[in-house]
Amino acid sequence: MPVVHKTGTVKSKQGSNTQSQKAPAAKTAKAASKKKDEEDGTEMGEGDEWMQGKTLIKPLDQLDLTEAELKEEFTRILTANNPHAPQNIVRYSFKERSYKPISSVDQLAVHFVLEGNLLHQDSDEARRQRAKQGLPEEKATVETAVAEKPETPAAGGEDAGDVEEGGGEERADSVESKVGKKEQKITNQFNFSERASQTLNNPLRERGCQTEPPPRANFSATANQWEIYDVYLEVLQKQEKNKEKAKAVPKKDDDKGKKKMMLVETQSDDITKVAKVAKIIERMVNQNTFDDIAQDFKYFEDASDEYREQEGTLLPLWKFQYDKAKRLSVTALCWNESYKDLFAVGLGSYDFTKQGRGMLVFYSLKNSTFPEYIYPTTSGILCLDIHKHLPYLVAVGFYDGCVAVYNLKEETLQPIYKSTAKSGKHTDPVWQVKWQKDDMDNNHNFFSVSSDGRVVSWTLVKNELVFTDIIKLSLAGAVSEGPEGVQLPIMACGTSFDFHKQIDYLFLVGTEEGKIHKCSKAYSSQFLETYNAHNMAVDAVKWNHFHTKVFISCSSDWTVKIWDHTIKTPMFTFDLNASVGDVAWSPYSSTVFAAVTTDGKVHTFDLSINKYEAICQQPVVAKKKTKLTHIEFNPVYPIIIVGDDRGYVTSLKLSPNLRKKPKEKKGQELPKGPEVEIAKMEKLLSLLREPENSNA
Amino acid sequence: VTVLIHHCILYKKAEVEETLKRIQGQKGVQGIIIVNAEGIPIKTTLDNSSTVQYAGLIHQLVMKARSTVRDIDPQNDLTFLRVRSKKNEIMIAPDKDYFLIVIQNPSD
Repeated sequence: MPVVHKTGTVKSKQGSNTQSQKAPAAKTAKAASKKKDEEDGTEMGEGDEWMQGKTLIKPLDQLDLTEAELKEEFTRILTANNPHAPQNIVRYSFKERSYKPISSVDQLAVHFVLEGNLLHQDSDEARRQRAKQGLPEEKATVETAVAEKPETPAAGGEDAGDVEEGGGEERADSVESKVGKKEQKITNQFNFSERASQTLNNPLRERGCQTEPPPRANFSATANQWEIYDVYLEVLQKQEKNKEKAKAVPKKDDDKGKKKMMLVETQSDDITKVAKVAKIIERMVNQNTFDDIAQDFKYFEDASDEYREQEGTLLPLWKFQYDKAKRLSVTALCWNESYKDLFAVGLGSYDFTKQGRGMLVFYSLKNSTFPEYIYPTTSGILCLDIHKHLPYLVAVGFYDGCVAVYNLKEETLQPIYKSTAKSGKHTDPVWQVKWQKDDMDNNHNFFSVSSDGRVVSWTLVKNELVFTDIIKLSLAGAVSEGPEGVQLPIMACGTSFDFHKQIDYLFLVGTEEGKIHKCSKAYSSQFLETYNAHNMAVDAVKWNHFHTKVFISCSSDWTVKIWDHTIKTPMFTFDLNASVGDVAWSPYSSTVFAAVTTDGKVHTFDLSINKYEAICQQPVVAKKKTKLTHIEFNPVYPIIIVGDDRGYVTSLKLSPNLRKKPKEKKGQELPKGPEVEIAKMEKLLSLLREPENSNA
Repeated sequence: VTVLIHHCILYKKAEVEETLKRIQGQKGVQGIIIVNAEGIPIKTTLDNSSTVQYAGLIHQLVMKARSTVRDIDPQNDLTFLRVRSKKNEIMIAPDKDYFLIVIQNPSD
């Protein structure tokens, strides 16, 4: 450091301000400037004469001080302290459990270290080294040893020196003798065995412990999104179960019951779990087998309909049959409103003499070879109805007068409700059942009509079927002599009924005598209207889906008649040359309807195209002797199902001509909705009404 | 109560057996194999070697297909899988614990 230090305090006052000395505190910051100042100062001091010319260069970052500050005196002390030594070393004291500053800091500054390798000759290590080196070196360094020996006793004295010399000579001799011995001892290179190899080496023995290795298993898994989702679901379910357990009071009996159930389930888990997949597979296989039918059902449209102006055809699709139902005839058909491919078939017998068992069978279009649900019954079924909103509730009417309600969700084959003799069952076959809207207590209820002349309403109240007589069909005027002279009205036999689509309380009942009565649920003894419809029993009466005034009826007297309920005479009459089993309006058009006859034909009419004739008359069964008993239109697809008296159900597809919608006028959008249909029908009716009005 | 449940399960078993018989009797069906979740066939109408081969290969395919469907939307699941080839068609319907394989030649 070029800074000039003197022992003791230094005071220096020098004139010019550039030679001021600054406090040690500012030393580090201003060291550069100070150095320069000092240098300048010393140089100035030394060579004043020739340095005067030199101008002073002020560094840019020089601190500007006032005159007073410049003249300030600073004392500087020279100490023996190590300037690099830390001044505040702190050590953790365990005794006091805190950091304590060390009182004295080592001020030693080591500038240079060099490890030496000199040994004192009397030290242990030196002696050892000498001993090692002694034997081989004595031979070469005898002279040096001898030379050494006189040297060592140099301090001892001359007397000792002689003895020592002798000793040294002796030593020399001994060394020589040793060397000589060594010469004798040259080893035999042919018959030499090292000592080490002669010893017996014990066999090495492992002394380690060997434990059983810990059981290992390989584990691998993938972390997919769905695996994570599954785990989360499981956790959620467990949480919910825990919540339920916390809420519910545990009952011991229930637990026992549950345990038993668990046991049973585990025993039979192998094959029953395959049930669902087996069903899917069966449908897939069927789809393959009947592939062409499935394709036709979906896509086939008869192109030749364009050339046939006023005619259409029915394309046969699947045929549904069940082995055990072969002797029975189809007595009822009903499509399911929610599941559009599911329909119910009621099997029984119309023959009075051949009464026996019956069956309730459900088919799906997806599997035509085997029914989805089978319910055998003791008595023949005559009618059935599926609830519009609850697709699992089915009401059935039997030949023996009972009515029953089946729940498809239940595992059992028994109905959930059945009417008995005590609970007001009919005394004659039940010809029609129909579900109604839930009553005010939100109980389901349905109506039934029977040959015993009663129209009965059944309500499902908890576990019972409660009946209410709505109306008793009495033959107008006809009175019979009862016991004790009481005049009893003879009951007419109801054979069919239908409820109005919009007007809730209005319904029609067809009787065996051929009359149709218009009734109201409110009036139990009187009819609103009576139509003399047919000469024989009215087999079916149906309101039009669109037009609120129109209904159709068919009978075994070979006729189908269309009525306006405000007019007592039929609007249209069609003679079909054979007893008509059933008639149905189409759900897509107000002017299209179809009828089936006992000669195996399906007659389809479209009044907007042809008012007098059927646009399609087609036999649909192979054998001519088979009578067709029922027909139903599918609510969505353009197919109809037809049941016959041999237990078969045939499905047929309607060709485009049979499904005609009104033509759109050029430039206008195709009008949609039931209004169009109503208007269509109204137009037809108005043509008929006016001449009638004029006649009347 | 427990007796009734057992009866129902027995009836179900018969129903399933019936269904399988019907499937086997359909036109063109060559064989049915029921495989459990680990890929081991538990019931089959084919010979042993074919069964084992089908079970092993199809098990992997079904796992992959199912994984694909569920990866896209975990709430979705595979309903069935059809593999149509020149000679026949393999139909697979998977379930949680089992899957059913049916080999059919529809043009027979």
